[in-house]
Amino acid sequence: MKILILGAGQVGSTVAESLVGEANDITVVDTDSEKLHQLQDRLDLRTLTGNAAHPSVLEQAGIADTDMLLAVTQSDEVNLVACKLAASLYNTPTRIARIRSADYLNRAEVFSADNFCVDFSICPEQILTDYIVKLIEFPEALQVLEFADGKASLVAVRAFTGGPLVGKPLSFLRTHMPQVETRVAAIFRKDRPLIPEGSTVIEDGDEIFFIAATANIRRVLKEMRRMDKPAKRVMIVGGGNIGLRLAKALERDYQVKLIEFNKKACQKLAEQLTSALVLNGDGTDEALMLQEHVGEVDVFCALTNDDENNIMSALLAKQGGARKVIALINRSAYVGLVQGGKIDIALSPAHVTIGSLLAYVRQGDVAAVHSLRRGAAEALELVAHGDRQSSRVVGRRIDEIDLPRGATIGAIVRGGEVIMGHRDTSIEAEDHVIVFVIDKKMVTKVEKLFQVNIGFF
Amino acid sequence: MQRTLAVIRALGLMLVVFSLAYLMPIAASLIYDDGSTVDFALAMVITFAVGCLMWLMTRSRKGELSIRHGYLLVVGMWTAMPAVATLPLLLVIDGLSFTDAYFETMSGLTTTGATVLTGLDGLPPAINIWRHELNWLGGMGIIVLAVAILPLLGIGGRQLFKAETPGPMKDTALTPRITETARNLWLVYLGITIACILSLKVVGMNWLDAICHAFAAMGLGGFSTHDASVGYFNSPAIEFVLIVFMLLAAMNFATHFLVWREKNLKLYLRDAEAVATIGLILTSCLGIAAFLWWQGTYPSFWTALRHASFNLVSLATDCGFTSVDFNQWPIFAPMWMLFLSCIAVSSGSTGGGIKMVRTLILFKQAGRELLKLLHPAVVNPMKIGGQVVANNIVFAVLGFIFLYFMTVVILTFALLISGLDFISAFSAIIACINNAGPGLGVVGPASNFGVLSDFQVWVCTFAMLVGRLEIFTVLILFTPHFWRR
Repeated sequence: MKILILGAGQVGSTVAESLVGEANDITVVDTDSEKLHQLQDRLDLRTLTGNAAHPSVLEQAGIADTDMLLAVTQSDEVNLVACKLAASLYNTPTRIARIRSADYLNRAEVFSADNFCVDFSICPEQILTDYIVKLIEFPEALQVLEFADGKASLVAVRAFTGGPLVGKPLSFLRTHMPQVETRVAAIFRKDRPLIPEGSTVIEDGDEIFFIAATANIRRVLKEMRRMDKPAKRVMIVGGGNIGLRLAKALERDYQVKLIEFNKKACQKLAEQLTSALVLNGDGTDEALMLQEHVGEVDVFCALTNDDENNIMSALLAKQGGARKVIALINRSAYVGLVQGGKIDIALSPAHVTIGSLLAYVRQGDVAAVHSLRRGAAEALELVAHGDRQSSRVVGRRIDEIDLPRGATIGAIVRGGEVIMGHRDTSIEAEDHVIVFVIDKKMVTKVEKLFQVNIGFF
Repeated sequence: MQRTLAVIRALGLMLVVFSLAYLMPIAASLIYDDGSTVDFALAMVITFAVGCLMWLMTRSRKGELSIRHGYLLVVGMWTAMPAVATLPLLLVIDGLSFTDAYFETMSGLTTTGATVLTGLDGLPPAINIWRHELNWLGGMGIIVLAVAILPLLGIGGRQLFKAETPGPMKDTALTPRITETARNLWLVYLGITIACILSLKVVGMNWLDAICHAFAAMGLGGFSTHDASVGYFNSPAIEFVLIVFMLLAAMNFATHFLVWREKNLKLYLRDAEAVATIGLILTSCLGIAAFLWWQGTYPSFWTALRHASFNLVSLATDCGFTSVDFNQWPIFAPMWMLFLSCIAVSSGSTGGGIKMVRTLILFKQAGRELLKLLHPAVVNPMKIGGQVVANNIVFAVLGFIFLYFMTVVILTFALLISGLDFISAFSAIIACINNAGPGLGVVGPASNFGVLSDFQVWVCTFAMLVGRLEIFTVLILFTPHFWRR
């Protein structure tokens, strides 16, 4: 597929990176030639320097035969104009724009075919905020990912001695909690994947991925580790785009303290927030942390633009006694370095947000894609179409499906109901199938499996 | 000097217009044939002539009024109009001194509703209409003053809010032009007044009483045509209707206008001031009723609720109708009512006192100070109803409150020097400066300000003027800087 990406920022370059690996022809446009050089050095793609909203630049980038336009520059307006031009002048089939301003997002007609012709709009900041909100809602989890409009969730959790399941085989889960349907999709022990069998024994420190109906998450979590009290006090460092969104989303249900370095920005933040407390200061200032009782904070989020600052203030907070600390880290090299150490969760914005983009990019009927373990593994929500003749999935029992080793069918969402993926469950047309893939390389195979044969038409 | 003369010219024009106000009592005196027609016609002619004279003498002095002279004009209006309005009272009522007459008309035009007259029931209907019309005109004047003019002078009113923050009340600048805004507010005021007159007629008043009491209720003046005030009717229905309209008049008329224009009742809920005003008053009604019932003042809770509600709403909204002698209640109840009269009404209403918006700002400021002690690094801008209030406005409010309390203290001392007892002196000043009406003690609901000496009456008159014009406007004339060029 020929894909044109406008903007080589965080989002643009991460998307480019994942898409190059999936055998696409990628062209990236940006005004900053420096960034483009760096990108081109690393990846096999074409770059072009210029204003992404200018028709001449778009033409040069080969928009005429592009299959998909990803307008992900920093500017909403540039993205909108590029989509409009692509639709009106070049008939580009699919147009995706990154839109941040709520003013646009609240008015769906802006994106309609009569106006700016945006097929899908994504807001990475909002996705990231929702992601963090989930983590605060379930402070024990490492990752909470929703499928089928939130009906089913995939949860990552580290097992600790004290959970009833730890030290017991997986099959014990059934007998211990017969009324709750859940399925363990994968286990990572010392960063190496295990294929979960009924006889697999859970050990202390295992990273477990399980799928359950969203309502049951807490009960399953309880099996893996001792549960803490639900979070009440949240401290956020960094009042940027994400910090503000998060504070707004949380201030109703939690006691939120937001620390921001810039005094003027503080004033603006305080005007927009109602009950969250805005503090002016440095997130790495120990005295301020102590003064604000960091030791009693349930969840600490370091969300500034500076990776090093985030790591440092998260470490300080952890040392000061914060229960769970989350640090936003842009550089992927740091993420692996930090996670699992003193910092409970290292968030890579690129990995969190890429999934929703990938869902649009991928072929077949992919309803959702979530990247797991810093992009190494992936969870997909695929829609099964066709019948026993035209499809290689529909009408078959799960153990009859030719899944690559390392891919598991975690659950099926049929209508409003979440059905756990057991050996003998058979898949029907229009089911949403949640597939867990421990290695990203298998994704293409899985997607192929779900494509309908030509005979279907 | 040039400009001062321009102020006089404007005042002259005002008086010419004001002389039209006599048409209503003249009509009333013709209808009721009470024999005061000639007196009112004479008063009208004199007012008209004085106005014309002032205008003619200063006709050539044209000049834009500066903000500084705006203060002078406003104070001039509120002293000159009561002065000429005394004419019919002096002509009709034998033996009335100018001091008392001026108190009465000042009380009318500042919508205070305190009276020095007794035997109201026996006064010619035209005189009663005149007194109540002053209440009504005073209310109308103060709304326009508060919403359209005082903000221009940089005082009080709703324009306390920083204009650049978006929020629900941003469209408080109702229309782009002052004259247009004023006209719209008058229409709203007139509309609600007509509704009030009709409602009062329906629940059993005669036309004269209905018109008079509607005028007094909408202006939150509180004059009555009877010595016993609303207690004369002894009708729960009338009391209820008056409660509703007094509460309406205690809200910002700009909000009424917005509700009417947008046809959306939810706008009331978005007006933080209105919510606080109504909430505080209704809670207090229940509390005081329970208190009176518990104290055994009234045998049943419902009687207690009826009397507590009416008198409390009346005093808290700075109206000043009474239905029973609340001076006889345990002291907590009337004191609480007087306290409410200081703070409860909204800005841009016809009530007086500190106004709810300032109360809210002070409360929030107190909260901010406490929070600052707990979290020294906190950044916490003042917000009222989602709108950010700039710090210099908070200081202006603090200054206002200081002047308000100093004025109360000094005027109370002035009354104490003259020999009045403390409760009477204090409550008289509070009732006058808030433009509420009856006080306690010798100026309580069962009696009136007629018992005071001339000096005391003048002190109270001054208190009414200062309170009505938001203190700053009057006191600024006493600063040397005002008169320097």
